[in-house]
Amino acid sequence: MSPVISTLDKPLTATGANRQLSWLGRIDPRARIVAAAAFAVVVVACESFLVLGAAVGVAFALLSVSRLPAVRTMKRVAAMDSFILFILALLPFTVPGEPIFTLWGFPASWEGLWQAVEIALKANAIVLALMALVSTMEPVTLGHALHSLKVPEALVHLLMFTVRYIDVLREEYLRLRQAMKARGFRPGTNWHSYRSFGYLVGMMLVRSLERSERILGAMKCRGFTGRIPLLDRMAWRPGDAVFAAGFALMLVGLAVMELSYGAA
Amino acid sequence: MHIVDGALSNPVVIGGAVLAIGGLAQGLRHLPMEKIPAAGVLSATFFVASLIHVPIGPSSVHLIMNGLAGLVLGWAAFPALFVGLLLQAVFFGFGGLTVLGVNTLVIGGPAVLVGLLLAPRVQAGSQRSAAIWATIGGGSAIALTTGFVAVALALTGDEFLPAAKLVFVAHIPVMVVEALLTGAAVYLAKQVKPELFDDLQGVPQ
Repeated sequence: MSPVISTLDKPLTATGANRQLSWLGRIDPRARIVAAAAFAVVVVACESFLVLGAAVGVAFALLSVSRLPAVRTMKRVAAMDSFILFILALLPFTVPGEPIFTLWGFPASWEGLWQAVEIALKANAIVLALMALVSTMEPVTLGHALHSLKVPEALVHLLMFTVRYIDVLREEYLRLRQAMKARGFRPGTNWHSYRSFGYLVGMMLVRSLERSERILGAMKCRGFTGRIPLLDRMAWRPGDAVFAAGFALMLVGLAVMELSYGAA
Repeated sequence: MHIVDGALSNPVVIGGAVLAIGGLAQGLRHLPMEKIPAAGVLSATFFVASLIHVPIGPSSVHLIMNGLAGLVLGWAAFPALFVGLLLQAVFFGFGGLTVLGVNTLVIGGPAVLVGLLLAPRVQAGSQRSAAIWATIGGGSAIALTTGFVAVALALTGDEFLPAAKLVFVAHIPVMVVEALLTGAAVYLAKQVKPELFDDLQGVPQ
């Protein structure tokens, strides 16, 4: 069974060594996290379509150098919440402005349509860049990088434990589902199904807590004093500085474009 | 229910981020190192629960279960759900980066509210009354979540108001399903492991 949290087709060797497929993946994780965050802030602030188009282009370029499976990643990104799609689809009808067409007596406006397109462009550019830059990391590396970016230790430990046990608990969930199936459970819209799903979640909680007690016991056995030393030492290399400078330059370029074209 | 980047106005995004950081700090204060393994495993449980699809009529919804998270984790539900949302944004592309604060507030805020108000009743009550309070908690957590989304959208601009109202109405079946599931989950947990609801409601250090 493939892990839940993994966007790459296993760049891992059996020893768990961190071997990345692309040069982007070998850039210092801290630089990639900061780059993704800075990209998000700049793109959200932009309004001109030219700039947003360029931002989407940058995101696609990052995606192609990250060697993520392009089709699968784009499917994931496109599968936005139905709730967001619904809100975007409603925008042309709720923003007043010059009408394009009328649907069941409700006029759709160009202004609303453009606003919806603007949101869709921003959201997709940011999520694509985020996945290209950050999701290629091992989740554990993400934890280490956040730690050296001064994220509180407790939060980092929480993240690492969560990452560590998601797959374990998913297997547990699948075992329980299999057991339910073996007893003839077929989900439907009825009280019995909902009660069974509720019991399933409750059972997972109980088992998880019992598991965590065993984990804590085992960790105390090995000298756990409330701190886990994070051993991954990250080294800043010249290539990382080049990447950081290039990325910063690109962001400045987007900002300048926005300032010169956005006003028009 | 993940809001995406670019949909909300800057003041809403910044306000959400500030409040979320406050909530995280408060949540971490309730989470001594000793309890991090338990909180981490439960955070992973809620992550897995969010992958479960439950049928509603011809369609299906995925679970959120933030009410249950609040009942079990109390204040610690806020950082636990934040971690889940962060992982979903980075590895699944759900939601976004700048709206992470707002999304955490929308999911984690109701969890903490439900936890603070109803967890004592669930801890102290009999199996039946605990399940009834949990049903109320599970349903109202989703109602609050939808309400928070509506507020975030309404503060951004009037053009989102009709959509926000429709989203709330469309989520009424989800509220019912989450209420029933939370009630059933607590009914079972109270029978199998009643101390589940006491262990993690830590006091600040």
